[in-house]
Amino acid sequence: MPAVRVDLPVPLRRLASIPGHEVTFDLGASVTLESVIRELEARYPALRGAILDHHTQQRRPFLRFFALNEDISLLPLDALLPAAVADGSEPLLIIAGIAGG
Amino acid sequence: MSSVRLLVGTKKGAFVLTADGTRKDWKISGPHFAGWELYHLKGSPADPNRLYASQSSSWFGQQIQRSDDGGLTWNPVDNKFAYDGTPGTHQWYDGTAHPWEFKRVWHLEPSLTDPDTCYAGVEDAALFRTTDAGQSWHELPGLRTSATGPNWQPGAGGLCLHTIILDKTNPERMVIAISAAGAFRTDDAAKTWRPINKGLYSKYIPNPTAEVGHCVHHVAMHPDKPQTLFMQKHWDVMRSDNAGDQWTKISGNLPTDFGFVIDIHAHQPETVYVVPIKSDAEHFPLDGELKVYRSKAGGNEWEPLTKGLPQKDCYVNVLRDAMSVDQLDDCGIYFGTTGGQVYCSPDGGDSWSAITQNLPAVLSVEAQTLP
Repeated sequence: MPAVRVDLPVPLRRLASIPGHEVTFDLGASVTLESVIRELEARYPALRGAILDHHTQQRRPFLRFFALNEDISLLPLDALLPAAVADGSEPLLIIAGIAGG
Repeated sequence: MSSVRLLVGTKKGAFVLTADGTRKDWKISGPHFAGWELYHLKGSPADPNRLYASQSSSWFGQQIQRSDDGGLTWNPVDNKFAYDGTPGTHQWYDGTAHPWEFKRVWHLEPSLTDPDTCYAGVEDAALFRTTDAGQSWHELPGLRTSATGPNWQPGAGGLCLHTIILDKTNPERMVIAISAAGAFRTDDAAKTWRPINKGLYSKYIPNPTAEVGHCVHHVAMHPDKPQTLFMQKHWDVMRSDNAGDQWTKISGNLPTDFGFVIDIHAHQPETVYVVPIKSDAEHFPLDGELKVYRSKAGGNEWEPLTKGLPQKDCYVNVLRDAMSVDQLDDCGIYFGTTGGQVYCSPDGGDSWSAITQNLPAVLSVEAQTLP
């Protein structure tokens, strides 16, 4: 089974003590943003609340999701991700927005 | 010989500063959690190697870190701060109703007796507690749901619960402060609370003597004299000798009584320290001269302490949790600035020197005295 590949921003990799820049895992056939994030949270509990807000369960405003050079941040969390992401040939990128401070 | 460990929270990480009892040569470790805001770190009085840290970021939200080895290593613990029940609303800046929304943890106050118990003061204002070393946090809702809660309004920094004071002589008693609601006290272990703001006068609110609405910046209590509280309000330095039932102004001869920090000498319960700031519009020392003011009389009569502090062109601020004292015989006083300096006085304020000059803006300083 091909593995989903997720590229995380440096602060989250440090927070969760993740070596390298990519996390891979199998999710079966139906891969959504929500299933990817829940798997990340299960494997790395420190990420709970850091991607989806604990209280709203929505994407944090300064984070964006990209795949296949497309901004998919506004995709419903339960929408299926492109096949190339589901089969691991392309990564899902979680990007921390560049903002001052 | 005893030693001192300073836990310094900054806008871009945490730093741990250590020195022996002479407090001359300091070692600095960090940044821990580089790039994150560390609003506050504090050690357990019951186990000084048990530390709690509030780590937050506009990008990634709130984290709580715990160390069991005095800050050598850290592990994230539970970071979910869910209000009890349906939280309802408080007042927004314009007086309209605004839903309670968790934003961050401003202050962590470990139990005096149990290293696994720690209180957290959060924005929007509420009090949380863990009894399992941070593995889970639960609101103590009696404060937020008390009668005045819907009338609380945020200060410029948000509706933040920033001060938590525990009383070693009375485990049922706790004093907290919220900007800009005021001070509150429980005498039944956080089940019920009442405002303790009588005597405060805030000319910038519609009713200057209102029951709530006062922008209390910080409150300090000497552990051996728990009936006496000292307060740095937005403007005005105040004291109470009945645990907050009534407050009296003690600004006396201070050149300005705006400020954020207030603290008390470890062995002299009537020796108090403040750092006067020019005004609420100009958050820097008067005339560019950084001065700590000390009163050995419990207020009203203040003396400037300047030896070793910059006396020209200094325009930093000292934030509310950024002053602390150690417990050594010759009490050490510490404070950090928004310019990244951390100052130490090993002689109760008579003389000062910079431990470090170039940290990120300092948000909090906590001193631990180690055997």
